[in-house]
Amino acid sequence: MVTTVKEGWELVVGLEVHVELVTTTKMWCGCLTHFGEEPNTNICPVCTGQPGSLPVVNGAAVRAAALIGLAINCSVNETSQFHRKNYFYPDLVKNYQISQYDVPICSEGHLELEVEGSPVTVGIERLHMEEDTGKSTHLGGSGRLHGADTSLIDYNRAGVPLMEVVSHPDIHDAETAQAYVRELQGIVETLGVSDARMDQGSMRVDANVSVRRPGEPLGIRTEIKNLNSVRSLGRAIAYEAQRQIEVLEDGGEIVMQTRHWDESTGRTETLRVKETVTDYRYFPDPDLVPVHCPADWVDEIRAELPELPAAARARLTDAGVDEAQAAALVGTSGMLAAFDEAVATGADPRTVANWLVGDVAGQLSTAEVDFADSGITGAHVGQLVALVDDGTLSNNLAKQVVEHLVADRGSRSPAVVAQEEGLQQVSDTDELQAIVDRVVADNPDTVATIRDGNTKAIGALVGQVMKETRGQADPRATNELLRAAITP
Amino acid sequence: MTSDLLTDTAAGLAARMAAREVSAREVVDAHLDRIEATDGDGTSDTDVHAFLTVVADTARRHADDVDQRRVTGRDLGPLAGVPLALKDLFTMRGAPTTVGSRILEGWVPPYDATVTEKLRAADVIVLGKTNMDEFAMGSSTENSAYGPTRNPWDLGRVPGGSSGGSAAAVAALQAPLSLGTDTGGSIRQPAALCGLVGSKPTYGAVSRYGMVAFASSLDQAGPFARSVTDAALLQSVIQGHDPRDSTSIDPVRVGRDLPDLLADLDAGVEGLTIGVVTELQGEGYEPGVLAAFEDSLRRFEALGATVVEASIPHASYGLPAYYLVAPSEASSNLARFDGVRYGLRVDAPTAEEMNAATRGAGFGPEVRRRIMIGTHALSSGYYDAFYNQASRVRRLIANDFATAFEQVDVLVSPTSPSVAFPLGDKTDDPLAMYLNDVATVPASLAGVPAVSVPNGRGAEGLPTGLQVMGPLLGDDRCFRVARALEADLGLDPVPSGANAVAPA
Ligand SMILES: [Zn+2]
Repeated sequence: MVTTVKEGWELVVGLEVHVELVTTTKMWCGCLTHFGEEPNTNICPVCTGQPGSLPVVNGAAVRAAALIGLAINCSVNETSQFHRKNYFYPDLVKNYQISQYDVPICSEGHLELEVEGSPVTVGIERLHMEEDTGKSTHLGGSGRLHGADTSLIDYNRAGVPLMEVVSHPDIHDAETAQAYVRELQGIVETLGVSDARMDQGSMRVDANVSVRRPGEPLGIRTEIKNLNSVRSLGRAIAYEAQRQIEVLEDGGEIVMQTRHWDESTGRTETLRVKETVTDYRYFPDPDLVPVHCPADWVDEIRAELPELPAAARARLTDAGVDEAQAAALVGTSGMLAAFDEAVATGADPRTVANWLVGDVAGQLSTAEVDFADSGITGAHVGQLVALVDDGTLSNNLAKQVVEHLVADRGSRSPAVVAQEEGLQQVSDTDELQAIVDRVVADNPDTVATIRDGNTKAIGALVGQVMKETRGQADPRATNELLRAAITP
Repeated sequence: MTSDLLTDTAAGLAARMAAREVSAREVVDAHLDRIEATDGDGTSDTDVHAFLTVVADTARRHADDVDQRRVTGRDLGPLAGVPLALKDLFTMRGAPTTVGSRILEGWVPPYDATVTEKLRAADVIVLGKTNMDEFAMGSSTENSAYGPTRNPWDLGRVPGGSSGGSAAAVAALQAPLSLGTDTGGSIRQPAALCGLVGSKPTYGAVSRYGMVAFASSLDQAGPFARSVTDAALLQSVIQGHDPRDSTSIDPVRVGRDLPDLLADLDAGVEGLTIGVVTELQGEGYEPGVLAAFEDSLRRFEALGATVVEASIPHASYGLPAYYLVAPSEASSNLARFDGVRYGLRVDAPTAEEMNAATRGAGFGPEVRRRIMIGTHALSSGYYDAFYNQASRVRRLIANDFATAFEQVDVLVSPTSPSVAFPLGDKTDDPLAMYLNDVATVPASLAGVPAVSVPNGRGAEGLPTGLQVMGPLLGDDRCFRVARALEADLGLDPVPSGANAVAPA
């Protein structure tokens, strides 16, 4: 069940998602896009807007944008245009942002989502390319530009390619908004064009939220910024919807404004009131010729589209993997590839999914290691499953093997781990027979009890055998040998 | 010897240096001395004041280097060792670039313009950076924040603008060559007023990388010289595709090479059809200018060309369209001068106040006027009536040119409606100043090449110019027609007259 707003009201949400593309170089120059370097090291005359410098479009960014556009079912426009969005801000080097306006690279698409078990379609108005700005640090005062003693600007991020995906206002609950963002994240990750990390700012989501009585025209909207996780997005939408409903029910009016989500208080607060619509004086950038995406080029790109998350999930459930596990396999970076690799070794898909989503993911989560960084491969998982299947490992031993895989980042294969750590199951009958004979001889009272009909007492003897073998005895073989030894 | 070095053409100097009759160092020293003797700092009314910065040491070192390489028998370019004056709008490492504005005072660019790189690669020796109307906005060089430049033909008059410093430097024999930029006539009009050859290449033939932008869709760099051949030689050096400028013409993409400007330069006009633009003559043009123009047309006929009437029907809308498109682009291009990263900063408590104070103090009145016009023309509610309408007119004018070139090989008109006017004459009347561009703006809007060539003497014995306009990438044809007229007229490019700069 999705969270509904108060009865008699309808929530309307549109999302603007900015995605920083992981091209090697920036949008208009040859500077690297590396994240986290010393301030103002990846800069040049172009990305610092030196007088006389000119932008040149990065073909890799255009390609990435077209890929994403196709993946979200948009059409790629044969000709698109860069416009200048004019406004003054210190971190904006030219005091205009090069963006796209009336002819974006991609138009009209949609995402098909599954929200709480039901299919939902969210329409996408457009996808356009633009450039990122620099990053300001304000010292003194409130930590914002206004009132600061000193402001420092790092232009490493200036000119990094950005893509903005604008949805139609088709979203009516917080869960759909969250599912939409997760799906977009999955798509750009699958395409390898962005890290899409909301916590690091490589994916930034602004939510336009309004409420109305069903059937009435759209209400006045507010724009919520500073959403650092999918969870914050859901909380912020729910909070803002409730706030607007309360204002309207008390006879008040919603003011068009930008609101800042405060994660610690769980509230949205006014950032700035838009008294008038800002006039950005958009006009075609005379420094840049139109972008051409000919139909045959688009076809080429389309042919290179990898399997997208929705298709991958369908394939997994068709193979018998349950839906939640399929979602986890597809939604965890690197896990789907590992799954496919393991299954290719002949392992049962359901068993592989169980190991990956169960123990492997669980122990990695405890160790706070991402699967992608774990060193655990599909070949490892395939071998693990094979070792269980042929009786070399019991389930319990296999779990211990996984612990070792996690601890030493997959540097040894499961077979090597089992051997070097002495985790192989003892199913050698001669060896086991000797231990069983010794246990039977050492516990005459228990043997007598069993012989008197208390068969459950055999468990104590199995425990003894396990203790002697440090847990490596094959439980089934142990049981059989014990019964044979006790039966007169 | 020295005066001879100063009056010689670039081609002549290059030939004498190649023959080792004279060294690059001697040539450069002669011109630096001439600058020293005639340029001043603009405080005296006999100062030409063509230069804002002279890089004497760098120029001498470069000249010595050229001479050394010549001794070792290295193959040098056709203009190697020839001195040049560079408009103070091209970036060049190691020297300030002011664009004639206070707002960039003290800014030393961290990179070279593509044009600057090409000059260095060709061993053309840059003597310094020349005065200009602030941000290239003006037609007299009186809008420079550093004081006006004077016309070497009459030191009481303007050299035209905005590339007035570059024009005056060549006319005053301070350099045989210079580079300017032309947005609506800023090379052609000063060339006409200073008795020089000036060329605005086809838009995109010369890279704009490293040219501080005024109106990006119109700005184009081009040469000044005292002969057509010199101008064609210099344009050959600076033209070419530049991957750093997305609007630069890529021969691979257009399936056509940039024109060879020298191959048919002396082929004459016999058999060519020359169209006289009906809309660019008559009312508003001085009688002396029209008389010289009529004389040129007769000469073309005598040289074997067919002279016909031609029409650019929308030419009369060119000036208003230009004065919307150019300020619109400028309002955005000049937004980056905000005191944050470079140039002037006037401190104030908040970022917004600092921006406003810096821009208020750094920009002169004409620049402020055009930023306001442009901002208005792009504003929501006015965009369609102004910027968009002007862009439509621009397309109509481009179509007019394309249609006209189906009938004629080149189009001609007077370059400027008047000869050089006295300093201060039009400074209080922006519209009168804007009218200087009436004949040059249509070719700018259409992106087609145009060359201004001296064609006689008008009022007070001052030079007049004829504008030759060609089809896109027809720069070679413009030079060829200009060359034929130049040869037939045989005018002396060295200034003469009672108020002229001192002779060499
Ligand atoms: Zn850069």
